[in-house]
Amino acid sequence: MPRLTLSGLTKAYGRLTVVDSVDLTLEEGEFVSLLGPSGCGKTTTLRMIAGFVDPTGGSIAVDGTVLSAPGAVVPPERRGMSMIFQSYAIWPNMTVEENVAFGLKLRKLTREETRRRVGEILEVVQLSHLAHRYPAELSGGQQQRVALARAIVVKPAVLLLDEPLSNLDANLREEMRFEIRRLHDEFRITTVYVTHDQAEAMATSDRIAVMNAGRIEQVDAPHLLYTRPRTRFVAGFVGRTNLLEAQVTSGMLRVDGIALGPSTQPDGPVLVSLRPQAMTIHEAQPPLAGPVIEASIAERTYLGESWDYVVQPHGSALRLRAAAAPLEAHEVGRRVWLAIDPRQVAVVQ
Amino acid sequence: MSDAALPAAQVVRPSRLRRLEPVTFLWIVLIAALLVLVAAPILKMVVISFEEQDTGVFTIQNYVTAYGRARYLEALRNSLMLGTLSAAISVVIAVPMAWAVSRTDMPGKGFTWATVLAAFIMPPYLGAIGWILLAGPNSGWINVAWRDLTGATAPLVNVYTFTGMAFVIALHSFPLVFIFVKSALDLISSEMEDAANILGGGTWVTMRRVTLPLVWPSIMGGFILIFLETIALFGTPAIIGIPARINVVTTQLWQFFEDPVRVEVAAAFAIPLLLVTIALIAVQKLLLARKGFVSQTGKGGERRQIKLGPWRWVLFAWCFAVAMLSVGKPLTVLLQASFAKAWGRGFSFDNLTLRNYQFLLFEHDMAPQAVWNTVWFSGASATIAVVLALLVAYIVVRRLMRFADALGFLAMAPFVIPGIVMAIGFYAAYAGPPLSLYGSALLIILAFASRFLPIAYASSQAAIRAVHPEMEEAARILGSGRLHAIRKVTAPLLKTSLLGGWLVVFIVASRELSAAIFLVGPRTRTMSVLLYDLTEQGNFEVVSAFGGILLVITLAIVGIGMKLVGRDFMLRRE
Ligand SMILES: Nc1ncnc2c1ncn2[C@@H]1O[C@H](COP(=O)(O)OP(=O)(O)OP(=O)(O)O)[C@@H](O)[C@H]1O
Ligand SMILES: [Mg+2]
Repeated sequence: MPRLTLSGLTKAYGRLTVVDSVDLTLEEGEFVSLLGPSGCGKTTTLRMIAGFVDPTGGSIAVDGTVLSAPGAVVPPERRGMSMIFQSYAIWPNMTVEENVAFGLKLRKLTREETRRRVGEILEVVQLSHLAHRYPAELSGGQQQRVALARAIVVKPAVLLLDEPLSNLDANLREEMRFEIRRLHDEFRITTVYVTHDQAEAMATSDRIAVMNAGRIEQVDAPHLLYTRPRTRFVAGFVGRTNLLEAQVTSGMLRVDGIALGPSTQPDGPVLVSLRPQAMTIHEAQPPLAGPVIEASIAERTYLGESWDYVVQPHGSALRLRAAAAPLEAHEVGRRVWLAIDPRQVAVVQ
Repeated sequence: MSDAALPAAQVVRPSRLRRLEPVTFLWIVLIAALLVLVAAPILKMVVISFEEQDTGVFTIQNYVTAYGRARYLEALRNSLMLGTLSAAISVVIAVPMAWAVSRTDMPGKGFTWATVLAAFIMPPYLGAIGWILLAGPNSGWINVAWRDLTGATAPLVNVYTFTGMAFVIALHSFPLVFIFVKSALDLISSEMEDAANILGGGTWVTMRRVTLPLVWPSIMGGFILIFLETIALFGTPAIIGIPARINVVTTQLWQFFEDPVRVEVAAAFAIPLLLVTIALIAVQKLLLARKGFVSQTGKGGERRQIKLGPWRWVLFAWCFAVAMLSVGKPLTVLLQASFAKAWGRGFSFDNLTLRNYQFLLFEHDMAPQAVWNTVWFSGASATIAVVLALLVAYIVVRRLMRFADALGFLAMAPFVIPGIVMAIGFYAAYAGPPLSLYGSALLIILAFASRFLPIAYASSQAAIRAVHPEMEEAARILGSGRLHAIRKVTAPLLKTSLLGGWLVVFIVASRELSAAIFLVGPRTRTMSVLLYDLTEQGNFEVVSAFGGILLVITLAIVGIGMKLVGRDFMLRRE
């Protein structure tokens, strides 16, 4: 039985539907991210799971027990979940230790047991030496660790995180990303993680649910989301891509007359996503079996980790972005050959 | 692996009961409380202004009476002029001080702050009494010294004049302008002035063309507030104006309450006060909101102090003079009188006595009772105001209810109702049958609570805004109910600011006169009312001693506040 099930989950404020029949299932111990642009309804979904917002349609169940349905909502304090907030919400009037012990006290654990578990978790997040400090005396990263410890120590049925890293600077954010994944590998708590940062979602998640305008567009493992986006929105939102109008004619996918490979789609116009990384640039015609296009370099930008080229296939008005390693420098105007990896050509809706 | 420690989570509650959350119930209670405290008195006042005494038949006769005599109309005109003059003098006093403290290297800034605070804390009627001792035409200190020096027979200054009264009022109102203008000046970065300088504007041109326009809305805002305070002020006009035969609206309202009491006429006569106040507060809101420039300009800019050279001593002399006139001198003569057998005999050892204090504390039949009344009325009303304001602010800020804003509106409404108007409303609504609360402690406490609710509300609202809702949510998701979360998390975080709000309400309530005077009975007189009664008897030594006791109590509370809440807790804007 899945740990967390959202079925047809809907939230409307007046006539504005901000979450639109979302279906999502998390197995026990799974880490799923909700990824999407600002205002797409991620926070609202998460707060419905937590019980702070009542759904207007659909239901939320944990271990098969319905916790939220329109008009019947178990309040947050009786859901056995934990949540980490964007503002951390560390209580400034309590020490680190008291913050972490709060949930345990409410569960009526013995004082011995409480102390032991607080000690253990502080060890895990490397805060033992700060147990008696007040939050005002901690750095942003340390506060974040307190929030993690406080949420994990109660061994929640589901852990919810709402953009927990957005207040940290770039370096710390990267470090905490790994920290969160490490804690998940250690405790295997079923987790829903909200973010609008795709790198963050990729680094931490087992699966990513991409949301747009209140709907889930695709749920998949990070690398599949990248290489095989199923909708136009996902292709554009996750990483950069070339979105091309293509034609399927008698089982062959063609863009502007250039054959990209066989397709199982019925004949007719389709939309194709072609990642910059799916193409390699050669100065001489490569002896490859796959599709190769003759083109010339129209623009180039050096980005440090890679080149960003704009190439123009001969006899076509298309402009394609292609990426290349730093040493692969080609002059603007030069005639080149583009080799396309057919496995990375994705037909999207 | 999850703890099964929260078994309730397994139970589904198809709860219709959840619809009747405690919040709904609380909301109904709060609406009822606010209707009793705010809406009913005002509505009742408006209604009875159109009713015949005793019969309650509709009439406009009250308005005919209230505006039918030249003397009454003159009171109206006097009030408007007095308000304008006091506000103008306040601006002249305060703007240079604010500029000096905010932008220049003037010495003695701490001293200037202390002056502002002291002038703010000192009840205005005590200042008025001090100035009677200083500038009474015959035996006032200044005039006696003037005659001794020059041999002249005419007095140099006379407090019993229109300008004298305006001046005394301004000396205790200017802190408001100071605070407004200083906070505006604090937000202007030196770079804005530098930009004008680089384009060729000299210091004075820059000040006139750049700095002044930027703080202009604040100056106007302060001006309007003082105008409104002045036209609603009772103490000083009664103490100085009545002997000087200068009649203003508030003293005229008081006369309508002398036997036979004509509440209906008083209500009719109070209506312009209410309308003018509402209109001007609206204007002030517009002024401060328009462009919103003051707050935007301050971003990131650095602020340098302007080097004044010798001029800084001129400015300091100005601040020093204000300190002397507003606090130093009145306080000195009050203290002298309170320890004197006869204040006119001056400072000498054989004139020294503790009789006045002894008389008040041990022999006077009303004074100890009045001290006690003041403390407990103020304490009770501050508690009611803060608790009510806190609950309303919580519901409004957290948007717990659909119509929460209605609560907030009612809680802020007394801000646009002059205290004296509020008092007439309370009198009209609750003094007579069926409740017959006239003269009871309850009536006074409720009136104070209502009058100062906006102060408590503004501070509660700011305090709750400062506590992120996620603080509470973090507690709830870990298993604590709404009330438990409030008790464990929100309340401890609000404690200090609430205490600050409570103390401010206590202090302003403890010196309140214009509402109290209409509502007290023989045994429920407060210190301020008794002080006024003593003034009418003309025994200034006893009056001064009583004023001394009032000041000691106020200072003790202010001291506690500064220690527990922070040094600026009285003068924070809003
Ligand atoms: N209480 C509310 N009343 C009305 N509309 C709301 C309310 N709460 C959220 N919304 C709207 O719902 C939409 C989704 O909000 P939500 O906070 O879930 O977005 P989000 O995906 O978390 O965005 P972000 O990345 O900016 O945090 C927004 O358009 C927001 O304006
Ligand atoms: Mg959000």
